[in-house]
Amino acid sequence: MNESFKNMALAGWGRYKPVPCHVYRPERRDALLALLDGGAPDSVLARGLGRSYGDAAVNRDGSVVDMTRLNRMRSFDPETGELECEPGVSLSEIISVFLPRGWFPGVVPGTRFVTLGGAIAHDVHGKNHHRDGSFSSFVDSIDLWTPALGVVTCSPTENADIFWATVGGAGLTGVMLSVRLRLRRVESAYVTADYQRCANIDAALEAFDATDEDYAYSVAWVDCLATAESLGRSVLMRGNPVAPGRLPRGPAQKPLHTPNRFNATVPFDFPGFVLNPLSIRAFNETFYAMNRPVKDKFVDYDKYFFPLDRILHWNRMYGKRGFVQYQATFPPEGRAGLRAMLERCSVARRASFLAVLKKFGDGGKGMLSHPMRGYTLTLDLADSPGLTAFLGELDRILLDHGGRLYLAKDAVASPETIAAMYPRLEEFRGVLRRVDPDGRIGSDLARRTGIAPAAGETHHG
Amino acid sequence: MANAMPGSQKSVVLLGGGSTLARAMAMRFAEKGFALVLADLDTAELEVIAQDLRVRYGQSCRALHFDALDYGSHGDFAAECAKALGETPGGVVVCFGVTPVQEDAQKDFSVAHHCLDVNYTGAMSVLEHFATLFETRGSGFIAAVSSVAGDRGRQSNYIYGAAKAALSVYLCGLQNRLFKRGVYVTTIKPGFMDTKMTWGMDLPARLLTDPEQAAGIAVQAILKGRGEAYVPGYWRLIMLIIRHIPGMVFKRLSL
Ligand SMILES: Cc1cc2nc3c(=O)[nH]c(=O)nc-3n(C[C@H](O)[C@H](O)[C@H](O)COP(=O)(O)OP(=O)(O)OC[C@H]3O[C@@H](n4cnc5c(N)ncnc54)[C@H](O)[C@@H]3O)c2cc1C
Ligand SMILES: NC(=O)c1ccc[n+]([C@@H]2O[C@H](COP(=O)([O-])OP(=O)(O)OC[C@H]3O[C@@H](n4cnc5c(N)ncnc54)[C@H](OP(=O)(O)O)[C@@H]3O)[C@@H](O)[C@H]2O)c1
Repeated sequence: MNESFKNMALAGWGRYKPVPCHVYRPERRDALLALLDGGAPDSVLARGLGRSYGDAAVNRDGSVVDMTRLNRMRSFDPETGELECEPGVSLSEIISVFLPRGWFPGVVPGTRFVTLGGAIAHDVHGKNHHRDGSFSSFVDSIDLWTPALGVVTCSPTENADIFWATVGGAGLTGVMLSVRLRLRRVESAYVTADYQRCANIDAALEAFDATDEDYAYSVAWVDCLATAESLGRSVLMRGNPVAPGRLPRGPAQKPLHTPNRFNATVPFDFPGFVLNPLSIRAFNETFYAMNRPVKDKFVDYDKYFFPLDRILHWNRMYGKRGFVQYQATFPPEGRAGLRAMLERCSVARRASFLAVLKKFGDGGKGMLSHPMRGYTLTLDLADSPGLTAFLGELDRILLDHGGRLYLAKDAVASPETIAAMYPRLEEFRGVLRRVDPDGRIGSDLARRTGIAPAAGETHHG
Repeated sequence: MANAMPGSQKSVVLLGGGSTLARAMAMRFAEKGFALVLADLDTAELEVIAQDLRVRYGQSCRALHFDALDYGSHGDFAAECAKALGETPGGVVVCFGVTPVQEDAQKDFSVAHHCLDVNYTGAMSVLEHFATLFETRGSGFIAAVSSVAGDRGRQSNYIYGAAKAALSVYLCGLQNRLFKRGVYVTTIKPGFMDTKMTWGMDLPARLLTDPEQAAGIAVQAILKGRGEAYVPGYWRLIMLIIRHIPGMVFKRLSL
């Protein structure tokens, strides 16, 4: 079968440095398998909704398989909440179909617009990580196409090594064809949220340590321009599920529906000057001032979990050159590193429009899964001269304190840096040698960071 | 006596049910509570689509084999649909179609012939059977996906365009015959949609409509009993202009 492809310049959500790829978009399982087995002429990589920020879902001069049209739901068991789907199904679709029936994904990242394939390939985390772990905690099994072994079913009990390499494995073990996951029961589409201001980073971390266990969901917004005693001042936004009986009248009528909202859209690339240290400072001041401490505020799921989804194409705010998202996780004993990183940002005036802080619970079993016990800080940094050198400084702080970067976000780190951060990398490579000995699967991330073993010799470029 | 609105009986047959557009239309119909029959050549794939619709919408959805070129089977097929649904279907929509590369169709008559057979003859053959059923019953809707390409022949796709033009004219006549019998006929004329048919073609991204949006427009037009729907609406204007370019000028253009 001769599937047609499109030549496109693809980038991650940060729109940082697009690269040319041959993009296929099969709509039938047969067509996908023909493409994979018939051997696309060059290396292949699956891609979901392109919400990873860096280069995880691009494959320069190689083939990219857009999976978004392989989005059929296969079965749902209303007793257990088990859902079987093709991996192109998005969390947004799952929520639209199942929230009104009282079910919700076990873990959601900060946007609904990710596919199941993408959510598994980065073992994404959500605001409930400290309680429930990452996405893979809710995945029962995966049917995976691999270059060497054909289609294998893997789960925590069957082909477990392939499963734990695929979870968090950035698409490098193969192409997921089908996924079985468990949804969880919810009674309403609302949380009761407590908003708490913390005058600086130490106060924020104290608050996380003292009371995170009281909340199902927890996250904080950080002002990374504040300095001195205010360094890292934050607004903690933590919440719990609400029983429908407690909801105010309007929402109580339809407890499982989120209000329809008008979505704004950023229609074109903003010119570079729109986001500058001054405007970002003004935004941060306003945000801190506006978020007065409140307790028990009813907030619907869309607003609480996916605030950014209300502005379509918000990544255009950063202009043509795009931006880099930097997510750094420090172990509990690495708090000094977290402070040092915030200091470095405020001194360098490399303001992040959005900075987010969260406390993680224990890490899972994914060989390259990102989360580990500690604190995670996420920054957006516009591309401007000196950015790479600056990120190098941040990497050093992170390494010195035993921390790690998140592959779903990273766009620039070196192989040495990544290898030092992921102690199970050799184990991961061992699985790749079995499932893909000839390096048929490739991505820019894999080549840049060297996380795939050097069998990809055949690739030139 | 006023005709019953086209959606009053909530069941529909989508022919070419495996097309990108048909799947998106099936979702709109299912959302509105329609029972569905999807029919196409590849029943294994159709079964996957049908199962998805059942999981998402809890609607009954059957997958049946259908070949637009097997004219002799079309009468039995219409009867089979009624059996699958437990009633004569409320409506039928033709979504199947093929788009040959124009140069191939110029050089190789069998390609051109196949294009005419699927896009026009196949549609006409099967719709005649449903037309008779609906006419007898005195209600129902018939729709088919034609194309703006059928509005005026252009060098880049006139063989496909001619087949779609025949389909549009056929539907117009059918409408004229059936309106007084309480049956609605809708001609759907998409511009460019982002489907598997057009993936890889060099088309201006700005003019590509996503199938969900196209399906929304098409289903709304059908259920409102409109005679014709451009998808999206701005194509009406584009085609109005193109149709009114004087022949003297038109023949010199490369469209
Ligand atoms: C606004 C925003 C907020 C976010 N918040 C969070 C957050 O809170 N927590 C978090 O963890 N992440 C977060 N992310 C990151 C996002 O969740 C991940 O990058 C996720 O992987 C994106 O999924 P996708 O479908 O867009 O995948 P893509 O970005 O398209 O691909 C990601 C990876 O998945 C692989 N892949 C995709 N489909 C398949 C398949 N079928 N088989 C094999 N491999 C496949 C690709 O090869 C690639 O390596 C956020 C992103 C944005 C834009
Ligand atoms: N995409 C556009 O830009 C565009 C513009 C104007 C009009 N249209 C029309 O829109 C309709 C839907 O097309 P689409 O864009 O959604 O593309 P598509 O997915 O390629 O749909 C075409 C469908 O027709 C089916 N088909 C072909 N020959 C058949 C036969 N002999 N019997 C039964 N089914 C047959 C195909 O089935 P198999 O795949 O199993 O062969 C396929 O499912 C078509 O009529 C097309 O002409 C499309």
